[in-house]
Amino acid sequence: MSDSKPQTPVPATPAVETKDPLRGYRGRARATLERFGARVWGDVKATNDAGSVFEGVILPRSETFDDEHIVLKLKTGYNVGIHYERLRAIEEVGYREAVYKIPEQAFPSRPHLPSVTLLGTGGTIASRLDYRTGAVIPAFTPGELYGAVPELADVANLTTKKLFGVFSENMAREQYVVLAQSIKDEIEAGAAGIVIGHGTDTMSHTAAILSFMVQDSPVPIVVVGSQRSSDRPSSDAALNLIHAVRAAGTGDIAEVQICMFGPTSDRYALLHRGTRCRKMHSSYRSTFRTVGDVPMAMVGDEITYLHNDYRRRDPSRRIRLDTSYDDRTTILYYYPGMKPDLVDALVEKGYRGIVIAGTGLGHVNKPLYPALKRAHAAGVHIVMCVQTLWGFAQMYVYDTGRDLLDLGVVPLDNMLPETALMKLSWVLGSTDDHDEVLRRMRDVVNHEMLEREPHNGYLILQGGLPETDEFTSSHWK
Amino acid sequence: MTPSASAPAARPRVSSFPEPLDYAAVGLISGLEVHQQLLTEQKLFCRCPAGRFTKTHDGTVLRHMRPTLSELGVYDGTALMEFRTRKHIIYLLNRENTCTYEMDDTPPFPVNQTAVDTAIEQCLMLGCDIVDEVHIARKQYLDGSIPTGFQRTAIVGVNGVLPFRGRSLSIVQVSVEEDSCREVTDRGHLIVWRTDRLGMPLIETVTGPDLRTPDEVEEAILLVGRVCRSTGHVRVGMGASRQDVNVSVRGGRRVEIKGVPKAGWAPALVHGEGWRQVNLLRLRDELHRRGLATPESIRVETTDVTEIAQRGNVPVLRREEWERWVQDGKRRRTWELGEGPLTVLAVRVRGAAGTLAWPTQPQRTFADELKGRVRVIAGLDQQPILLHGEAWPGDAMPLLAEIRAAAHCDDADALVVVWGPERDCRTAADDIRMRYVAATDGVPNETRQPFEDGSTDFERILPGADRMYPDTDSPPTRVTRERVERLTASLPERPWLREARYAAAGVATSTAHYLVRRGGAALVDRIVEECGADVKFTAFFFGERVKGLRRSGVKTGAIPFERWAELFRAFETRPPLRDAWAVIVSRMAVTPTEPVADIVAALGLDTPAVAWREHVAARVQSAAGETYDADPGRVLRYASGRVTDPLRGRVPAVEVVEAVRAAAGAVR
Repeated sequence: MSDSKPQTPVPATPAVETKDPLRGYRGRARATLERFGARVWGDVKATNDAGSVFEGVILPRSETFDDEHIVLKLKTGYNVGIHYERLRAIEEVGYREAVYKIPEQAFPSRPHLPSVTLLGTGGTIASRLDYRTGAVIPAFTPGELYGAVPELADVANLTTKKLFGVFSENMAREQYVVLAQSIKDEIEAGAAGIVIGHGTDTMSHTAAILSFMVQDSPVPIVVVGSQRSSDRPSSDAALNLIHAVRAAGTGDIAEVQICMFGPTSDRYALLHRGTRCRKMHSSYRSTFRTVGDVPMAMVGDEITYLHNDYRRRDPSRRIRLDTSYDDRTTILYYYPGMKPDLVDALVEKGYRGIVIAGTGLGHVNKPLYPALKRAHAAGVHIVMCVQTLWGFAQMYVYDTGRDLLDLGVVPLDNMLPETALMKLSWVLGSTDDHDEVLRRMRDVVNHEMLEREPHNGYLILQGGLPETDEFTSSHWK
Repeated sequence: MTPSASAPAARPRVSSFPEPLDYAAVGLISGLEVHQQLLTEQKLFCRCPAGRFTKTHDGTVLRHMRPTLSELGVYDGTALMEFRTRKHIIYLLNRENTCTYEMDDTPPFPVNQTAVDTAIEQCLMLGCDIVDEVHIARKQYLDGSIPTGFQRTAIVGVNGVLPFRGRSLSIVQVSVEEDSCREVTDRGHLIVWRTDRLGMPLIETVTGPDLRTPDEVEEAILLVGRVCRSTGHVRVGMGASRQDVNVSVRGGRRVEIKGVPKAGWAPALVHGEGWRQVNLLRLRDELHRRGLATPESIRVETTDVTEIAQRGNVPVLRREEWERWVQDGKRRRTWELGEGPLTVLAVRVRGAAGTLAWPTQPQRTFADELKGRVRVIAGLDQQPILLHGEAWPGDAMPLLAEIRAAAHCDDADALVVVWGPERDCRTAADDIRMRYVAATDGVPNETRQPFEDGSTDFERILPGADRMYPDTDSPPTRVTRERVERLTASLPERPWLREARYAAAGVATSTAHYLVRRGGAALVDRIVEECGADVKFTAFFFGERVKGLRRSGVKTGAIPFERWAELFRAFETRPPLRDAWAVIVSRMAVTPTEPVADIVAALGLDTPAVAWREHVAARVQSAAGETYDADPGRVLRYASGRVTDPLRGRVPAVEVVEAVRAAAGAVR
């Protein structure tokens, strides 16, 4: 779930483990280690040209680093790199390979609690450290999670399934289909709620596509992640997971939703509708915001619903699946001076759907018109969203908009560009008929377009203003 | 990392402790971890200004720390302890000195290379070997002192050595790291931190365990401090330098006395810790003699005596007193206060009678060891934290008897009473058991908080090396030999060499230390070199005279080198000006851009005194008529005072004195 991408050689999972005794080392550093007969995980005394003796374990080296240094984890726990030219001796006194296995504790089963299935897509929800080597070991099975987040046992009976191990930017069609199918399987097998562990970068894309692929769910489907890596004591991962399991197990919202921190403080989570949510900060804990509407609920020890416009939990409802998907679609983020050849190139390369994130109420410049006309004539479906994220594409207001409508560009009101992309891919998976595509794009599945925008659906407080600062200084950030 | 430095206080005196300790006989050894803030404009991992402290805040964040498990499926000692305290942690933020990095809502920016350069320079001063590739590590802290839950730290140098008392003091390693938050309050389950200091670069210098007496510890702190400060690239002033002092005796264990704010505190603290360990080892032997030698042998039972306590006459155990304390301190349930109703819990420790009054540090007993743990770990902080049967209020013996009976205590048992929210009392009872278990093994590894009276109290279980792991957010920094050579070339003279040079020129040791410590030595050397001034005179001038002037409030720090050079050249050409130094320097401090020649002219010091001897004679004669005092000596002093001031800086003082004497002789 965590999107922190290791730069230092943190041997992440057994899957990437190799048998190379000098793994990560190349060139001169490798030759030096070979010359001294040393190996990774060797517990050594290394002496340099100044007579300094370093006692510690040789760590694997990141392949992106230079080939001039050998990394040791010292007895004090610190790591240092020693230049190969300065090494005078390496004496191996032991061998301590990193331990990747986490001993499990049985997850206690409590009959009165709901059963929740956690589907893993990658990253780590919780982790432990191998202190001897500094490796971060992901915890995923119920037993492992119980050891790391014991509070979960008071919320639900947990089952886990690891579907894939990918960073969220590598989620795509293949994963979406497997994920949707797995959700259906688990719900039909009796799960009272589904939690999906997911990297935050493309979490809203996944939540959007699942909102289309999985319909009429009888139970909550909750996507959750963490913004700050789970190996840090201050991580949001554990609390997010507890909140998500609570929302899935006991919540009333039987929709696809994202569950992440409300404020950056350890206070409560917000449940955001899968089609209306966006990651708004690259690293803040409270990165997810509902756009154009208010969130559905707050989750703390209890769940507080913020409105009642949602699908209720109903175990008798039959889940439906439509995993159609065509990924020959893209978003064209318009900027002043954009050249028409971009559009032509997309058509030429076989793209079948284009979401334009236009300026203002949904505009592009005039030189693009002929190219859009050609694209439309070639059967490419073009829809318009706004890059302001908040507000509607209202193309009747200005001539520019009306011209675009004449070219066959279809406005999607206040659908978010990423949601529009997911929906277009989903629709194109089952039809290529232009009228049918447009009808279905404008046919609302789950609030992806809103008829009315509440005034508190757009609240971006401007820092520095006296009233804002008064508010922010008197509330948890 | 150390807690915020306390206000300066009277230096504790070893002699105030009744009992001397034969340090060699008990095998006392000590080493230091000296923390010194570096003088950089920005913090270590973000671009916030360093050294801008604020007293107010415009944002607050609430966090909790969750320990990560070791590979054996158990929490490491410190982590477990800190998790058991169930602390709410609040950070007070101020936009001026805190960004989203300090809040742990943004990953680190590339490490501040100026700070790395300064750290390398420090390492070179300390005689260290510089590592070739600096790797940032995360060192876990769950007390909330750093919002991430870990401190970013990296070794820069190893294997250093300083000359010390005719032998050498080894420097094990020097690391560069980010400073922690400053504690605002710590009450019950709520701790509040300010983030202004957080992230400022500092270096931690770890010495070998080479020190053998309390006095050596003080001297070593001062030595390391002088070496660090001699570059002029470190911060000075309150809190800029703090040291942890590690102490153990033979058979004991390393105890870290954390955040000693002044070197002068060290002797009493080391002495006290030496005694503490000796006494804890004696307690261990006593427990073993009674058959209490294993964890299983320590048997602790608890009895709820809340209602019995309500009938007794110990106010602190009564509900109304508790409620008053809660209300007066505005302690809120779910924040400062733990869970559950007020409970008075009797804790019976089988076979441990007499151990609670067992002496530890001077003026302290084993019960104080329990108090520290109960306060920190269980979050029970109403004084006196706990009561026990070996120091029970004298007017409440019937209540003690009733509680002992209810708890089934017999004469061989020890009895401790704790009170507070129920869950915290249970935690306290369990921790009392664990402290007794540790006592069967002698001295537990602890971090202890120092006090000005030379005593210490429990702060946390000492963390080990097993809480370090690589910082996956930061790439390593290569340190080339060229970089090291460049920094070596610009190093100032080593302080001990400079001190030897000054001593040879007749400069007092205290003056030399002051100049090295406060960076004035560089100015002295430059004046000597460029103006041909005398070393002893110049050292005395800056190390004593200007220091005194500055302490009286004159802002001499604003005076640039060029003005000082002008002053010393003027001293050479017009020696009497030396007598008027204070008035000239005071003026230089006010108008640092004004040439010294102009100042001298404006003060009327540039004109030779005409017919001054005659004037002196006349003044001395008239003086006798201006006072009723008949004492000739006092009349002479009065006359001197009248004539000296107008002539200061224009005529050499000795000549004025001679003229006064001559005139007085004539009068007589």
